Amino acid sequence: MSEKEIKNQGMEQSRSLEEIFEQKIARDEKIEPKDWMPEKYRKTHIRQISQHAHSEIIGMLPEGNWITRAPSLRRKVALIAKVQDEAGHGLYLYSACETLGISREELYEQLHTGKAKYSSIFNYPTVTWADMGAIGWLVDGAAIINQVPLCSTSYGPYARAMVRVCKEESFHQRQGYEIMITLANGTPEQKEMAQDALNRWWWPSLMMLGPTDAESVHTAQSMKWKLKRKTNDELRQQFIDQTVPQADLIGLTIPDPDLKWNEEKGSYDFGEIDWDEFWQVVKGHGPCNKERMTARVNAWEKGEWVRDAAMAYAKKQEDKKLKKAI
Amino acid sequence: MKNNWPLWEVFVRSKNGLEHRHFGSIHAADAEMALENARDVYTRRNEGVSIWVVESKHITASNPENNGELFEPAQDKVYRHPTFYTLPDEVKHM
Amino acid sequence: MGCIMKNENKIQYIYGVADNALILGQRLSELCGHGPNLETDIAMTNMALDLLGQTRSYYQYVAQLSGEGKTEDDIAFLRIERQYKNVLLVEQPNKHFGYVITRQFFYDAFHLLLLEELQNSGDETLAAIAKKGIKEVSYHQRFSSDWMKRLGDGTEESHQKVQEAVDDLWKFTDELFHMTDDDKIAVENGVGVNTEALREKYNQRISEVFEEATITIPETKWFQKGGKQGIHSEHMGYLLSDLQYMQRTYPNMKW
Repeated sequence: MSEKEIKNQGMEQSRSLEEIFEQKIARDEKIEPKDWMPEKYRKTHIRQISQHAHSEIIGMLPEGNWITRAPSLRRKVALIAKVQDEAGHGLYLYSACETLGISREELYEQLHTGKAKYSSIFNYPTVTWADMGAIGWLVDGAAIINQVPLCSTSYGPYARAMVRVCKEESFHQRQGYEIMITLANGTPEQKEMAQDALNRWWWPSLMMLGPTDAESVHTAQSMKWKLKRKTNDELRQQFIDQTVPQADLIGLTIPDPDLKWNEEKGSYDFGEIDWDEFWQVVKGHGPCNKERMTARVNAWEKGEWVRDAAMAYAKKQEDKKLKKAI
Repeated sequence: MKNNWPLWEVFVRSKNGLEHRHFGSIHAADAEMALENARDVYTRRNEGVSIWVVESKHITASNPENNGELFEPAQDKVYRHPTFYTLPDEVKHM
Repeated sequence: MGCIMKNENKIQYIYGVADNALILGQRLSELCGHGPNLETDIAMTNMALDLLGQTRSYYQYVAQLSGEGKTEDDIAFLRIERQYKNVLLVEQPNKHFGYVITRQFFYDAFHLLLLEELQNSGDETLAAIAKKGIKEVSYHQRFSSDWMKRLGDGTEESHQKVQEAVDDLWKFTDELFHMTDDDKIAVENGVGVNTEALREKYNQRISEVFEEATITIPETKWFQKGGKQGIHSEHMGYLLSDLQYMQRTYPNMKW
């Protein structure tokens, strides 16, 4: 070991565990489950990862709503596969969260009692088939913008889960946009259905990228821990700039009279977001908050006897094996 | 906490010739179900040709606090690496 | 004997096989997002996707045979209830998980035996579809058999619930083996499977699993039938109104 290395080591020992931890993150090293971490890091990650997982499984419901009514067999299997992927993503994320010392059942408990949040967008109803297109195109589009940077977040299990999620997610947005293209190129009725869906999902999708930077409480800390790489407003701008040309291309109109290309900025200016609505939905007053929660709680409660049966059976089999061995 | 399905770690061989790699975890009541769940969750896109599952509680992990004594002693054993040994320039491959 | 098989006979024969996959797939897909936990949700969705994939292969073939410029979707969505030839078993509702598994188990056991024969069909397309399906359905059978055992020999509650489902659904199993006139013509022409001949193996398979699962087969000697003639239970109309909703509301459009 060189003199310099020995000196460095001496200095490191005198630093607090927390400083070493923060430096590790600054050097882009990953934190793994058994590594020392500040309690706040653990808690913040449990909150964010579980919120993300909850959003995936609540997100299954508005789309699941149209599986039985999908208009063609091709659309039906694609939608089923997509909703199934969301279950998978929820599962990867719950698993990542469990490495922080909390069980999936505890996380469900938090969801079912309203203690944990999920993405508010899923509290809006899916009223026509075109909503399947709009959700894939806009909601998954916004989600991808949020998620891609998380593939290099500091907590190893979360980053790895996100790599898998992003890889699988890439078909979701295409699936949605393809539905929109087909509708936009279809009969007047179909085009109207597509425009109506865009009108209803546009603003909630913008809200999905989170409150404005001025209102956002977690940003600074999250940036440091690489839970965030860009601010909410930056992400929102990115989403708008990428989506507007896609709407133009298929002849749909973004429902914002103030939307205008700003040559100087090199991006779009856009209208005021109704943050009152956003906070009301977060607080539980969205059109479907109650229905979503009831569906989740029902599935869990009605599944209890099934889960118990499987455990009882496993125990019996285990006992049988032991008896045989004796 | 009652009667919850335990956690299992899933290892998947992507194709013959490669090792099993840790893919993630799942919940299952027994080993048979763990295999089925792992298949349904982690190989939906043709990701594997073989699966191992092991109940998470059976894995013994080293403690990162001991990383110094466990792993650092290997750092200065440079003679274990081929670059430690000098060769005449004429010998191109060895 | 010696009845010549017309295209229409073959199409009817395929409906008798394929409509089961469609309707069971539709029933399973209702559950997506509502299973007892994420792992089971994903597993059952996989089965729904397998079945709907098989359905598409059969219907694409029917579309080709019918030669009227029809598509798989015309066949899936635009028939009237009497024209669907699935058995009553597969249209039965998802009353609870015990029903879902029992329905699946009763169908899988039959389905696998059917495909194992159908892969030898003189009709190459049907043989190929069957061959591919065998792998999928073997897994379904394994999944549903395992769950029959877990529920049957699990807790007292689960035993009771799954036995209730068996008692209710058993009466639909006999129909699986009935031969319609089109089935008979298909068999005579080396295209179809003689389902009557599958009965023994089927009962054996059911008994094996039930023994492990500590489930008893009901005494009933009276069985329900009608699906194969297009006379369905009252559940079917509701299933179809969901299935056909878009195609009926917005006719002649591309999606």
